[in-house]
Amino acid sequence: MNFPYENELRSLPLDMPLMLLLGGVLALLIVGSIVGFILSWRVKGEAGRATVANLNARLRAWWVMVIVFGIAVATGGIGSLLLFGLISFLALREFVTLAPTRAGDHQALFWSFFVLLPLQYYLIYIGWYGLFAILIPVYGFIFVAVRSVLAGDIDQFMARTSTINWALMICIYCVSHVPALLMLEIPGYQGQNAKLLFFLVLVVQLSDVLQYVWGKLLGRHRVAPVVSPNKTWEGLIGGVLSATAIGAGLWWATPFTPPQAAGMAFLICMMGFSGGLVMAAIKRDRGVKDFGTMIEGHGGILDRIDSLCFAAPIFFHVTRFFFDVSDQVVP
Amino acid sequence: MIASLLIRLARVISGARPVWTKAIETDRQRIFFANHTSHLDFLVIWSALPRAMRARTRPVAGRDYWMKGPVRRHLSGKVLNAILIERSPASSSPEAKRRAAGNAIDWMAAEMGSEYSVIVFPEGTRGTGDEISPFKSGLYYLARLKPDVELVPVYLDNMNRILPKGEALPVPMLGRVVFGEPMELRRGEHKEQFLARARSALEELREGQG
Repeated sequence: MNFPYENELRSLPLDMPLMLLLGGVLALLIVGSIVGFILSWRVKGEAGRATVANLNARLRAWWVMVIVFGIAVATGGIGSLLLFGLISFLALREFVTLAPTRAGDHQALFWSFFVLLPLQYYLIYIGWYGLFAILIPVYGFIFVAVRSVLAGDIDQFMARTSTINWALMICIYCVSHVPALLMLEIPGYQGQNAKLLFFLVLVVQLSDVLQYVWGKLLGRHRVAPVVSPNKTWEGLIGGVLSATAIGAGLWWATPFTPPQAAGMAFLICMMGFSGGLVMAAIKRDRGVKDFGTMIEGHGGILDRIDSLCFAAPIFFHVTRFFFDVSDQVVP
Repeated sequence: MIASLLIRLARVISGARPVWTKAIETDRQRIFFANHTSHLDFLVIWSALPRAMRARTRPVAGRDYWMKGPVRRHLSGKVLNAILIERSPASSSPEAKRRAAGNAIDWMAAEMGSEYSVIVFPEGTRGTGDEISPFKSGLYYLARLKPDVELVPVYLDNMNRILPKGEALPVPMLGRVVFGEPMELRRGEHKEQFLARARSALEELREGQG
């Protein structure tokens, strides 16, 4: 077997389009920071000040996240693998902390953190797509149940094992599909998959930010009042449409035509919205506002990547189905 | 160096976030008492303290365990500066046990002097974390010997899930160290009354975590 995608891991993919993407994001952040700075002088009143303080905290965190992500992408595939492996680890930590696990799950959890998680990312590293795609949903699924049952504690058994499986699927499996984009073999796009990764993360996060902005500006009618009172139809439609438009405008950095890029961006936005909603329901269920306190103004790491979790695997598989050539079977 | 390494390790493994219900001055002498579910407990509390306080805060531990072998002896003596107390074997008579416990308390009070704070676990042994066991009376006798020392309840959240009793490998969940309002032994307060009050202080911190 040879791994043509080794190019993606080894080469430095800093080509012109990627530089433009990075530059664009930095420009956006600079503008945002200037606006935040001006607002902090202009806005009076308690509520207004609190909102601006939160906005500026979020902006500071964005700087850190963009710089980390930029370095990861610029160092080739290894950087992205390490970064998303670490994100998986921190997310799993936040998720499991809220899960109703008991002493009987200790071994299963230990294996999840220190064996399944590194293995999943190692499989991306060596390009073993077949095992990557089933490690968690098949082997992990069975392993967790068996390891916990061997511990002999049947109290809340179904709830405990199901929750651990959810934690593995969301935090390891779904998140790992972001760097897995590097595995795709797209004709005419070899050695450039880092931009696909950038495209996904940029569209997801812009969609989040724009939904927030449109919601603050025009938001009246709630989409899901019980689950997430802050999400409004105005925010959803405005955010998704504008992020889709931006995504379409970035077609030159992707293997897609402009209409395809628009379709993909729309798909990413809708999946991102669904992910955010589902994770909000999980937080409500566990009675917490945020998953953690790691990122100032944002909450935990899971609060920041909730929309990425659902968008990444769907974007990966749709792209793989329509554009990848590695194992095309003629029907 | 080993101490700072241990502190980092404890912080990384437990992800412990210190929560102070009240700002405290660093130079006062205190008895920190906490619920006990994990080998990590002492280190986690220690690493949550401000640096100046940490240097003057000592753990209390069993001499039989910590004097075994050069590694433990070095850790307890040089790194953690532990106050090691004699524990009477389970087979000894109630009278001998009481005498040994009394000596241990005297020894702790003497080692504290007018300078050191201590971290104690009044449940006496590690529990499962499901509930806080009744307190042993040592805390009461120590408080009586040290009337000017502030008693600070510390609730450790999730340590039983990070490194439970009987497990050697930790699962890196997020823990919390909640420092409660300082309390003291009231004049004329009975032993049972005081111990129940101290225990309910921990219960309150546990309920109050939301």
